[in-house]
Amino acid sequence: MRSETIAAISTALADSGIGIVRISGEEAIEVADRIFHMPSGISLRECRSHTIHYGHIYEENRIVDEVLVMLMRAPHSFTTEDTVEINCHGGLYVVKKVLESALKNGARLAEPGEFTKRAFLGGRMDLSQAEAVMELIRSQNDYALEASVRQLKGDVSEAVRDMREQILYQIAYIESALDDPEHISLDGYPKELYERLDELTNKMESLIASFEDGRQMTEGIKTVILGKPNAGKSSLLNLLTGEERAIVTDVAGTTRDVLEERILLNGISLRLLDTAGIHSTKDRVEQIGIRKAYEQAEDADLILYVADSLSGIDGDDRTIWKEIKGKNVILLINKTDLKQVGEQKIQEVREAAKKELCSAETIEFSALTKKGLRELTDTIYDLFFAGKISFNDQIYITNIRHRDLLMEARKSLRLVGESICQGMPEDFYSIDLMDAYEKLGQIIGEETGEDLVNEIFSRFCMGK
Amino acid sequence: MAQLTEKYDVIVVGAGHAGCEAALASARLGLETIVFTVSVDSIALMPCNPNIGGSSKGHLVRELDALGGEMGKNIDKTFIQSKMLNASKGPAVHSLRAQADKQDYTRQMRITLENTEHLTIRQAEVVEILTEEKEGKKHIRGVMTSSKAVYLAGAVVLATGVYLKARCIYGDVTNATGPNGLQAANGLTDSLIKHGIRIRRFKTGTPARVDKRSIDFSKMEEQFGDERVIPFSFTTDPESVQIPQVSCWLTYTNEKTHEIIRANLDRSPLFSGAIEGTGPRYCPSIEDKVVKFPDKERHQVFVEPEGNYTNEMYLGGMSSSLPEDVQEAMYRTVAGLEHVKIVRHAYAIEYDSIDPNQLYATLECKEIEGLFGAGQINGSSGYEEAAVQGFMAGVNAVRRVRDQEMIVLDRSQAYIGVLIDDLVTKENTEPYRMMTSRAEYRLLLRQDNADQRLTPLGYEIGLIHEDRYQALLEKQEKIRQEIKRLENTTLGSGEKVQKLLREYNSTELRSGTTLAELVKRPELSYEILEPLDKDRPQLPMDVIEQVNIEIKYEGYIKRQLQQVKQFRKLEKRKLDGDFDYGEIKGLRREAVQKLNLYHPVSIGQASRIAGVSPADISVLLVYMEQKNRSNVSRETIKDKEKNPEEDPRV
Repeated sequence: MRSETIAAISTALADSGIGIVRISGEEAIEVADRIFHMPSGISLRECRSHTIHYGHIYEENRIVDEVLVMLMRAPHSFTTEDTVEINCHGGLYVVKKVLESALKNGARLAEPGEFTKRAFLGGRMDLSQAEAVMELIRSQNDYALEASVRQLKGDVSEAVRDMREQILYQIAYIESALDDPEHISLDGYPKELYERLDELTNKMESLIASFEDGRQMTEGIKTVILGKPNAGKSSLLNLLTGEERAIVTDVAGTTRDVLEERILLNGISLRLLDTAGIHSTKDRVEQIGIRKAYEQAEDADLILYVADSLSGIDGDDRTIWKEIKGKNVILLINKTDLKQVGEQKIQEVREAAKKELCSAETIEFSALTKKGLRELTDTIYDLFFAGKISFNDQIYITNIRHRDLLMEARKSLRLVGESICQGMPEDFYSIDLMDAYEKLGQIIGEETGEDLVNEIFSRFCMGK
Repeated sequence: MAQLTEKYDVIVVGAGHAGCEAALASARLGLETIVFTVSVDSIALMPCNPNIGGSSKGHLVRELDALGGEMGKNIDKTFIQSKMLNASKGPAVHSLRAQADKQDYTRQMRITLENTEHLTIRQAEVVEILTEEKEGKKHIRGVMTSSKAVYLAGAVVLATGVYLKARCIYGDVTNATGPNGLQAANGLTDSLIKHGIRIRRFKTGTPARVDKRSIDFSKMEEQFGDERVIPFSFTTDPESVQIPQVSCWLTYTNEKTHEIIRANLDRSPLFSGAIEGTGPRYCPSIEDKVVKFPDKERHQVFVEPEGNYTNEMYLGGMSSSLPEDVQEAMYRTVAGLEHVKIVRHAYAIEYDSIDPNQLYATLECKEIEGLFGAGQINGSSGYEEAAVQGFMAGVNAVRRVRDQEMIVLDRSQAYIGVLIDDLVTKENTEPYRMMTSRAEYRLLLRQDNADQRLTPLGYEIGLIHEDRYQALLEKQEKIRQEIKRLENTTLGSGEKVQKLLREYNSTELRSGTTLAELVKRPELSYEILEPLDKDRPQLPMDVIEQVNIEIKYEGYIKRQLQQVKQFRKLEKRKLDGDFDYGEIKGLRREAVQKLNLYHPVSIGQASRIAGVSPADISVLLVYMEQKNRSNVSRETIKDKEKNPEEDPRV
């Protein structure tokens, strides 16, 4: 059953550490009461409209965030419905968690433009704004759809498609037997279906788990590793990815192209790009690599600048710094494990960076001994949750939507399993199977239409 | 030249299963009605399979009966075998199917028609529809026959079946006739095209009929009817249908059959291209099956009697359009048919039908007010599908003449609603057959509760007698009372209870519970629990059945009721069809095209059109709200009436 109480993050995720989760609809207050607890033990249900309350959001007895909650009762809210707005303070990750809790407790994710639509339908907006509302709905939906398809990794949509096909086959089998009982028998079928369901549910579980940690996002914070040749960029990449992806040698300029890896750092998804070392050179091939490195740095969300503390800061470094000044840069003073590198050399790099690279955070580092790795991950984490790293927030929303749909599909399959165990007749199975099929379809943006009828006719030889 | 002109209220063209229901409904509602047929001897003819009902089709017949139609009563009078299909499955998919004595079926229906007041039967071919313009809109005026006689009426129902430009084809033989050599109707198509109606060519087929004496039944499996027959009609006395039944027989094709078919495919008009019409996938010819499912070693063949007083047997599962000699060779490979003698050969039939998206869900033509379509002309197939459309078209034709509000059943009310909505809303590229999987709320649309769902509406329409309506109300009251009683009757965990539970492999009780809770257990039922139920009242079977089902499947039923609530919200939002969707800015181009083509009557219907996305629906909602509000500001008085949410009828 599709809930008519909707929830979404209603602030831009990118620009601030504070975020608002808005819940609107008939059950908005009930949903909020399920996840929000005030120290006084009073529930929102008992509170007056237009009041603000302090308390905590809980998920399975664990505190997710300390929040302020605004309560607005119908019709005195933006949407004219009961509305609860949760002001979260813990940064993007936490805002997302709060939204997820709301979704688990009876709300569904709002369609793009849906709050505005409700506001208009509720009579809150002027007639003259109708066209703007319609165009908002159109454009936001187009964007979401495009984002949804773009962000799904090829193998994920493949897996979803595959599960869908299997489910459709089972429904078609049941339905053709119901339509033509004298041609197709269901003897022994429930047991077989139960086994199939088991396989399907397992597949779904692992897919859900992979959504859980963000592995399925094709996009993340675009993080570009920059530096002079042989500063240790590829070693850093290998260290962060935990595998020998880039070829590491002592020969400068080994990385000629841009290497890309996706990693998860404390739950934050990073698109890690290793680039060619930048220095003045006449080598044509190298020049191409360098141009690419600059291009990538241009729209990076975060730059990890690897400085070679042994050779110190030189003209090449300064040239690059000019290009990236003002961006989010973390300066890694690399090779601090070497004996030749003393406190003084490090200090020189620090000072140069402070003067010429303004905003940079500096970390003493060694790709070899992993010195500074912890500090690096903590710094990225802090920047992210302080909202200093901005990136396309639609990604997280899409991710939540996909996972939500997968979980609903899994729930439907479990219901089929229960029906089988209870000895319910076969025709009941297809009700929940169809639900699962539709939910999976929404992930890859496919309508159900005449799929079932087509499947029945193409797979099964029908009577008369 | 002197021209005959007669005036009626309602004209029905065609006296097949759709035409009969349309004519009866109209005449019974008191309007002067005339029904045309090319042959009075072929009223309610069953030119294909000799049965009524079947999975989901049985539902249609029960629903039709609950509304006051005739098909259920007629088959109860004329069946020779009856079966409840899917009896081992859930109640939603139980479906009745009866073998008919074809001749008797036709005869009984004709007797009913002939003895209905206000109903005139006329043998003639209608070749033209007559219209007039009133206030910029086309209205139906009447029809003209091939003899140029003019008949005037306020409404016309077209139920032409497979007769429009019909061609029967097998091998290289093509006969320009309807089924059984009956005269085709060749004039009407052109008249419809002239009036701007889009026509399609469809195809269907039928197997051979063979002489019973030439069959060796010892090589076939006998198929019996049910021991206790359940009638189709809610008005038929169940005792009256416990009659001796005939058997059907099951046999199979084999590799040899398939070899012959494959070797002669080039002689089939289907594969040579002589047939242009689109055939139904659910009813493939045997050559289709062999081609499409090459791995299947055998296909079932049901040998079914055509009646009590004929030796003709129908070879279900082996329709074909292969040449005569191939047919004979192929049939004779089948076990038991080695020496079979063919009485009538199998053939394919091609015919004209209209694209049903030119109709409203009332079955009235969008372009011509007062013109209705029903049955195969609308692109459906099957006797039952035709009959229910005939009934709805007949009722709405009457309401058009009387200027009353039209009746539309929605998808949550009846299979009839699903059928008609699919026809007028979806792109149907083949003859449409009802299937249980097409009904999304099938747990609510059971054949056993068709009376509860639809008889009140039939009463309101005027086709259900007061007594029948009162009896229904009484039945419903009994069901309610009994469910309440079971919910309030508690049982302790005494030894008598536990013993009974053990006997049925049911978990023993730890503490007390209600009888209703026990009925819910799949392994138990109302009947089984009788020994534990001291105060049980004497109740009729149909009441007990409902009590059982409503308690047992309560969870699922509640879920579907919730879904229906959501569904109705969008159905209630009416779209007035008189604007260009291209003017709405936020709609995608594909949606604009589709919406302009279909002109749906509600947001709900719009949402079911392929190519209209949820975002398009949101845009439409905003647009309609904008329109409503600007209307309201102009005519403030009418706003409450116009707001569909306030209208209790919709």
